[in-house]
Amino acid sequence: MKVELNVNDRMVEIDVEPRKTLLDALRDDLRLTGTHTGCEHGVCGACTVLVDGAPVRACLMLAVQSDGHEITTIEGLAPAPGELSVLQDAFCETHGMQCGYCTPGMILTAHALLQKNVTPSREEIVDAISGNICRCTGYGQIVEAIEFAAERLARANEPRAAAAE
Amino acid sequence: MKPAPFDYIRPDTVSNVCALLADNFDARIIAGGQTLIPMLAMRLARPTLLIDVARIAELRRIEIDGDHLVIGAATRQAEAEASPDIARYVPLLHAALPWIGHAPTRSRGTVGGSIANADPSAEIPLVAVTLRAEIILREGEDEFIVPAEDFFIGAMVTAAAPEACLTAVRLPVWNGAVGVGFQEISARRSDFAFASAAAQLSLDPEGRISRIVLGVGGVEDRPVAIDLGEVAGEVLDRRRLSDAVASGIEALHAETDLHASAAYRKRAALDLAVKAVVQAHSNASAALETRR
Ligand code: FES
Ligand code: FES
Repeated sequence: MKVELNVNDRMVEIDVEPRKTLLDALRDDLRLTGTHTGCEHGVCGACTVLVDGAPVRACLMLAVQSDGHEITTIEGLAPAPGELSVLQDAFCETHGMQCGYCTPGMILTAHALLQKNVTPSREEIVDAISGNICRCTGYGQIVEAIEFAAERLARANEPRAAAAE
Repeated sequence: MKPAPFDYIRPDTVSNVCALLADNFDARIIAGGQTLIPMLAMRLARPTLLIDVARIAELRRIEIDGDHLVIGAATRQAEAEASPDIARYVPLLHAALPWIGHAPTRSRGTVGGSIANADPSAEIPLVAVTLRAEIILREGEDEFIVPAEDFFIGAMVTAAAPEACLTAVRLPVWNGAVGVGFQEISARRSDFAFASAAAQLSLDPEGRISRIVLGVGGVEDRPVAIDLGEVAGEVLDRRRLSDAVASGIEALHAETDLHASAAYRKRAALDLAVKAVVQAHSNASAALETRR
């Protein structure tokens, strides 16, 4: 079946079997392997992408269901090649990852949270990432990374003197 | 884990859905797919045809109809969670929605899908049974209205015929000083509940309970309503409440499984049910205060 979708601001057309998940279509047909395959049945969150801005598990959506939707993957977050988004940068700085398997899903989930809530509390952050499993970090530095990014983003619009404080 | 092959079709009306269901014995409806897709991946379900109803406009609505709020079956759980009408008119559903799965599953999962799936520990079926909601089904051109307590027959088994399409749920709207309580316990945040409880009550101007409903999930193989008629008509007495809830839960038939024993489920349900009623009562009292 032909499916037309917008992936990271680019219109693409793929021809897939109805049984193919969006996850497999992104990885195999579009070669966007930043979206990770974990459990393949909706438990781990490693495959999280944004569909029309909302976090969705790509293994729980068929590629044919995504026809006409806007998909954002981890490859679509950085402002330019070789750069990182503020949130990605925060993960590096606070050591919010070890093996990195959960990281793309964590970052997209956190990205969606920060889009609708610019000053999330610790509880809101923990709740937002509660569907994403990390086997390495113990979550502490991930929460810290998201708090750090939220703070930086909030200050980004302040005059320089205030931001430098 | 990859699903077995199937065909996929996206009809644009409920009539077409019903026609497809009538002609294809092995067809399944897919809306959000948050339960069905894992079942396909594990090959616990092997339909030959998937009928996608997610984009059918007539199935995506939230509207008042007399003293009921009608929610179209393909309304996403995330949409319902954000709906001011649901928060205002069916506060119990509003309170239960954040407990369903995680935000990423609620952005795809639907209200009708959760009802049709009939998991014994699912939140929306519990709310439907507690509030005495009505489930609306279409079969061909015929419409059937089934009370929620008759709709859920057992674990993942409902009164809907294979060729029926669930189109909406009708939830009663209560007036006056209404309060709700929702409680559940699971191993991890948003896992399947071992036990859950939903309560809604209203108070008369003197602070006496004028109406009260309670339901528990995860204990029997379907959500069940517990009659608390004996505490109505008076102000809340904790002792009488506990006794009434205990005798209601005592009569339930709990199952032991891998996750929890029957005795644990009943004990947890008792505690959660009392908490839910107390929570509902304090919310209703606050509502009564603001009306004064
Ligand atoms: S791979 Fe999708 S949730 Fe685990
Ligand atoms: S960094 Fe290894 S799973 Fe999270």
